[in-house]
Amino acid sequence: MAVYVLRRLGQAILILVLISFTTFFLLYVVPADPAQMMAGRGTNSAATIASIREQLGLDQPFLVQYGRYLQNLLHGDLGRSYLQKAEVTELIASRLPATLVLMAGAIFFEIAIGLTMGLLAAVWRGTKVDQALMVASFVFVSTPQFLMGILLLYVFAVHLDWLPMGGYGSLAQLILPALTLGILGAGWYSRVMRSSMLDVLRQDFIRTAKAKGLAPAIVVLVHALPNAILPIIALIGADVGYFLSQTVVVESVFGWPGIGQLTWQAIQRVDIPIIMGVTLVTACLVVLGNLVADLIAPLIDPRIKLR
Amino acid sequence: MLRSLLRRPLALFGLFIILVVVIAAVFAPWLAPYPPDEQFFDGLTIEGSPLPPNPTFLLGTDLLGRDLLSRLLYGAQTSLAVGVIANSIAVGIGTLIGVTAGFFGGFIGAALMRFTDLTASFPALLLAIVLAAIFEPSLWIVIVVIAMVNWVQLCRTIYTQTRSLAEREFVEAEVAIGAGWPRILFRHLIPHLVPLMIVWGTLGISITVLLEATLSFLGIGVQPPIPSWGNIINENQTYFLTAPWLVFIPGAAILLLSLAFNLVGEALRDVLDPTQKGHY
Repeated sequence: MAVYVLRRLGQAILILVLISFTTFFLLYVVPADPAQMMAGRGTNSAATIASIREQLGLDQPFLVQYGRYLQNLLHGDLGRSYLQKAEVTELIASRLPATLVLMAGAIFFEIAIGLTMGLLAAVWRGTKVDQALMVASFVFVSTPQFLMGILLLYVFAVHLDWLPMGGYGSLAQLILPALTLGILGAGWYSRVMRSSMLDVLRQDFIRTAKAKGLAPAIVVLVHALPNAILPIIALIGADVGYFLSQTVVVESVFGWPGIGQLTWQAIQRVDIPIIMGVTLVTACLVVLGNLVADLIAPLIDPRIKLR
Repeated sequence: MLRSLLRRPLALFGLFIILVVVIAAVFAPWLAPYPPDEQFFDGLTIEGSPLPPNPTFLLGTDLLGRDLLSRLLYGAQTSLAVGVIANSIAVGIGTLIGVTAGFFGGFIGAALMRFTDLTASFPALLLAIVLAAIFEPSLWIVIVVIAMVNWVQLCRTIYTQTRSLAEREFVEAEVAIGAGWPRILFRHLIPHLVPLMIVWGTLGISITVLLEATLSFLGIGVQPPIPSWGNIINENQTYFLTAPWLVFIPGAAILLLSLAFNLVGEALRDVLDPTQKGHY
């Protein structure tokens, strides 16, 4: 166990170094010039721009710049934002809670909707209910997130006036953005859940449970469900990265003050330290999410062995 | 293959939608009632807001008084072109890397698959947004960016399949009679991979359509005046309370096209690759 965790952490660090190098390189070769952005569009004085470049160390060769970045990174320093005059670590730390709350809400909806749909489809396999649910799952995975967001806003906030249009702070404000983010995953989960549930329902211990005369609901919920959930757990870990990229879209539709908004503003102003920082934090969470999912799996299902 | 596809109502529905969009895209210049970027003087109300659907403008007009139907028809060209081109490149990259890694193995294979893992742990949409925003946005950047983030899943499937094919008896038999690797690769392995490429190629277009729409919605995808379904929504989203059709009609088009490729891809998977039924 300890050896396994250590080896995975070693791999994780290697992946993170590679990702930081790739991102740094991509941002180094892009045509957009951060010094020009900082100087403002009107300013064309070559001397001003040159002095900004020197100040930021942008006149150094690529490897020197990258080496300095890595060195700071080891001290937990992600650099300073070019335009916001603040430490990137602080900016990310101040926005991270909002995004984590949003993700937690999304995971809740993803599981609640996805599992219910998959369960019902499996129990009523081959019927109209099954077909309707599977068509719905296709519609969920084929809807662009921004469209889902606008649609939910239109129906629940404008038309029915049940929920607020946007903003951050209350549970009511969380529902629509979390549902938007979670519904696509619910589409996937319902399909995985259906096939996993069908596999379980075919097994001997289910037949035994039925033969004992247990109520069908108990057989499905108490005996089959816990076994069928296993494949979903691995998926939740992998979702973290997907969610973090989608927050750029969802947070902009709902005005949610999280990492997504921070990233989007940074991208538009070529604020490279923020883009680098967010990419690294996201990659960390992805790697961590996968690791946690792999570690939890054998605890729930002893048949799975760590290799 | 085609017959068993046509027996599935959902796949049939998907094929029908794809056919409609292809016809709309190919015949847009003849089908569209007006040029897509002509701004009509009578295309706006006296207050300057867009017109709802009416006999002159069948789906209404947009914020600049342009005919929405004509823009949608031309937008179909963009969506299909990006979907097919970007995805063909992605299938090409994924197959090349997957087959090379799976067939030759060794150090190169391991290095290629670690590179694939690396790309997979990169959040795809975030990468696409960063790249598309920072390069000067254009149709080609959108295509290249989507292709760059979309090849990973196919690559892994192709890799696994190549590995298992290379172990089979018929490959062993070929080696035994002294066949060289190009013969084994091109005569015996690649033909077995074609079904996978078709399935993932079709499912991939669905993802590509969504990605293009998302990038264009954010304003970093296909740039106006070229109409794309995503940028039509981006341009008109401020009107979504007073003129919801400007958002929901192009939105429905994106949803239907993406859904159609999903339905057809899934049906193809059932027909061509029965071992993987129902898994995503």
